[in-house]
Amino acid sequence: MTPHLTPDARRALGRAGFSRRAFLKGSGAIVVAFSSAGLADGLSDVFAQGFNGTGSAQLDAWIAIGRDGIVTAYTGKCDFGQGLYTAQMQLVAEEVCVPLSRVRLIQCDTSVTPDQGTTSGQQSHPTNFNHTNLALAGATARQALIRLASDKLGAPASDLLARDGVIALKANSSRSIAYGDLIGGQRFNLQLDKAAERKHPREWTILGTPVPRVDMRDMVAGQFEFVHNVKVPGMLHGRVVRPPEVGATVGSVDEGSIRDLPGIVKVVVKGNFVGVVAQKPWQAIQAAERLKVNWNPGTALQPYADLYATLRRQPARDTLLVDSGDVDANLKASTTVLRSTYLHPYQMHASMGSSCAVADVQADKATIWSATQSAYPTRNTSAMLLGLKPESIRVIYVRGAGCYGINGADTVSYDAALLSQAVGKPVRVQLSRKDEMAWENYGNAFVIDQRVALDASGNISVWDYEAWSAARGGRPGYNTPGNVVTGFLVGSSPAPFAPRTPAPAPDTPLNNGSNTAPSYIAGRVRDSANGAGVIRSERVLSHRVLSPFFTGPLRAPERLQNTFAHECFMDEVATHVKADPVEYRLKHLSHARLSAAVRAAAKAANWERRPSPRPGRPGGGKVTGRGVACVCYEGDNGYVAMVADVTVDQNTGQIQVTRLVVAQDSGPISNPDGMRNQIEGGALQGISRALGEEVTWDDRKITSVDWRSYHSLSMGLPPPAMEIVLLNQTDEEACGSGETSITVVAPAIGNAVFDATGVRLRQVPFTPERVLAAIRART
Amino acid sequence: MSILTLKVNGRSHQVDVDPSTPLLYVLSDDLDLRGPKFGCGLGQCGACTVVVNGQATRSCVTPVSAVGQNEITTLDGLGTANAPHPIQQAFIDEQAGQCGFCLSGVVLTAKTLLDKNPRATDEQIQQALSGVLCRCFANVRMLKAIRRYANGRTA
Repeated sequence: MTPHLTPDARRALGRAGFSRRAFLKGSGAIVVAFSSAGLADGLSDVFAQGFNGTGSAQLDAWIAIGRDGIVTAYTGKCDFGQGLYTAQMQLVAEEVCVPLSRVRLIQCDTSVTPDQGTTSGQQSHPTNFNHTNLALAGATARQALIRLASDKLGAPASDLLARDGVIALKANSSRSIAYGDLIGGQRFNLQLDKAAERKHPREWTILGTPVPRVDMRDMVAGQFEFVHNVKVPGMLHGRVVRPPEVGATVGSVDEGSIRDLPGIVKVVVKGNFVGVVAQKPWQAIQAAERLKVNWNPGTALQPYADLYATLRRQPARDTLLVDSGDVDANLKASTTVLRSTYLHPYQMHASMGSSCAVADVQADKATIWSATQSAYPTRNTSAMLLGLKPESIRVIYVRGAGCYGINGADTVSYDAALLSQAVGKPVRVQLSRKDEMAWENYGNAFVIDQRVALDASGNISVWDYEAWSAARGGRPGYNTPGNVVTGFLVGSSPAPFAPRTPAPAPDTPLNNGSNTAPSYIAGRVRDSANGAGVIRSERVLSHRVLSPFFTGPLRAPERLQNTFAHECFMDEVATHVKADPVEYRLKHLSHARLSAAVRAAAKAANWERRPSPRPGRPGGGKVTGRGVACVCYEGDNGYVAMVADVTVDQNTGQIQVTRLVVAQDSGPISNPDGMRNQIEGGALQGISRALGEEVTWDDRKITSVDWRSYHSLSMGLPPPAMEIVLLNQTDEEACGSGETSITVVAPAIGNAVFDATGVRLRQVPFTPERVLAAIRART
Repeated sequence: MSILTLKVNGRSHQVDVDPSTPLLYVLSDDLDLRGPKFGCGLGQCGACTVVVNGQATRSCVTPVSAVGQNEITTLDGLGTANAPHPIQQAFIDEQAGQCGFCLSGVVLTAKTLLDKNPRATDEQIQQALSGVLCRCFANVRMLKAIRRYANGRTA
């Protein structure tokens, strides 16, 4: 293990009662070597991740108790600024029965935390807060402590009570023993016990309460350590020189072009990867700007204006998620068939801080400080790029600016590692704003055709979804560094793309993880019916085509694009039959929890029962309207409904969202204030994505490369009034909350704009120009 | 390179830098301050904001040589985690933030406005923040925190 810990990490260990030396020797602390070989066969589902990480079957990998009773927990799910760090501390405190102040949490460091693969927005919460991983470790530890105390105190476990780090007889609290005296400094030497019982949410006293973020004070005081603040002795500063256009390759590099600049350490060229290393950050920036590189031209891009037509024309990989087999016949036989097409652009993560990493690559080992969502996978892919063994690399997660998915954190980690290897010294790299925005892994562009048939009573009898979306690369995972730009530039390939037409018939139960299927279909495959609705003549067909740009998960990936199309179209159908949009939705849902969320949002919004649009012809000037949208997020990972109120200025095309009412059911709530914060932020980010954000390009290169050309709503936006209804379901499983509200914003706004103006917006973002054009075309 | 003296957070610092270096790099790299951050390098987002002589200033586009002997205050210098400035306390009370990367821009822009105009309306506050971004969109809480601070100081 390399002896580099950041100052903050050292302080955290000090607070936890570990000297750095003791920590590194693994003596005072319990440091477990992780190996999948340690996994017992029958236990594999206990730590099943769905994110490649194998977790650990050993309790000692998750929880250690010091002689002073301090509980140190190790997690492979990290906090990107959404409060997961605090919530995980609450979880440990609750399950192990100690005050929050006695919990220390170490997140995502490949030398000490379990391999939990990728921490991914809506998934991290259910993974660690139900009956696996960290939650199960907490329950197993509490059970083990009670058992140990039972032996020591000579009393049956049922007579004992654990509270505040002490186990005492219920009948006589003076007969007690503290955790530190039971096991302090020793290993449990136990496997996670699937049968260990978690505390029921109704008994919670720490989890389930609005504990303030433990990092908030440092953040607000400008003292929090971001990856951007990491410094290691002898650290140099690197800057990359990305190609000027998509597909350009290096012809030659004129190192003499920067010879006169001070502080230059090295020009690094590896395949099409070009970078410079200098003593100081400003020197590196100037050198990267001045370095003369002769680039061979890239490939011409289809114009942005032709994006959606182009998507339909390319070789595709086809997937049928659901197919009842009778859709074409039923559409043909039906007297009323409605259809619409929805368009969603590429959008980007566009983190506030351009991505940054520090790497110290030596001859036979490396340390990388990274804001990646995927510490262990980054270890493996960095090993591939550096020619080292994964075991010789340590990736230490240090938070970056909010990422909302795979921003530049992975690619800049490779940048820093490659430059460090080239100079044999630690190197810090922070991307330029343009390099961040021009080369990140965008959220996919979609074109979605929707068709329904109506029965005689105006209900939907057939739903037919067909979509084309573009993708390239993605998360690198454990073995595909070419899925992001740096890996690609040094010669790794992105995940291969294999066209496939026609799609094979669906033969596994519907997994609606990308919300490709609308909530209103039955979702029948063979004997299963995993949909949330009642429509039994159903087809969900997707065509994936190759994108010229890298793509990857962006908050509510694909779920947001699909839900935009589903929820706007549902409104169009409701309008056609002159039904109230809330009632019409409820009529087509079979899912009790989603229906409850819809009712709760409508009730809180004081929803007026009537069809859209608002009665009477909209005059000129400003008009108001309301819209609703809902979704079973990822099929079964959170249930949300939103009512939006908007004012539309028909002279300018400006949409102002004046109120958002959100009802959300994410199972038992871990931290109600944290959940509200996520819902609020997601909803406003959703407004930004619905109204302003789109990736643009010309015939050679990306043109949305800064905050003038990529339109994120600023703090000057008068925010809507927000009302949030939290549906705390204490008998259900915990779901995520980070990606739900954002998913329903664009359709709720689009439906509200229709309610106000009678104009249907089918292309995101709803820019003033598009709104105005639609209003002018209104007949 | 030349030796410059900077007054930062109530202390004098001598730095040996290229005078054209933007102030941000001197603060974060030479003086190890964590408050001001590189967001865009273009003066478009606010993450690098510091206060120079009472003015909210984008340190990523301000050459260090242009600052002269003016007093510079960064988010780090406003208060500490244990003894926060009242506007920082208001942000803690409202839990107004998510990733926290934008806080220099939000807090210092609002503070300099309210220093000049203690009775600023919500509209004036939003106007002042129109060049500031928060990509986590903790806007609602942040505006509440600013209002709480403004009300507190005029009470």
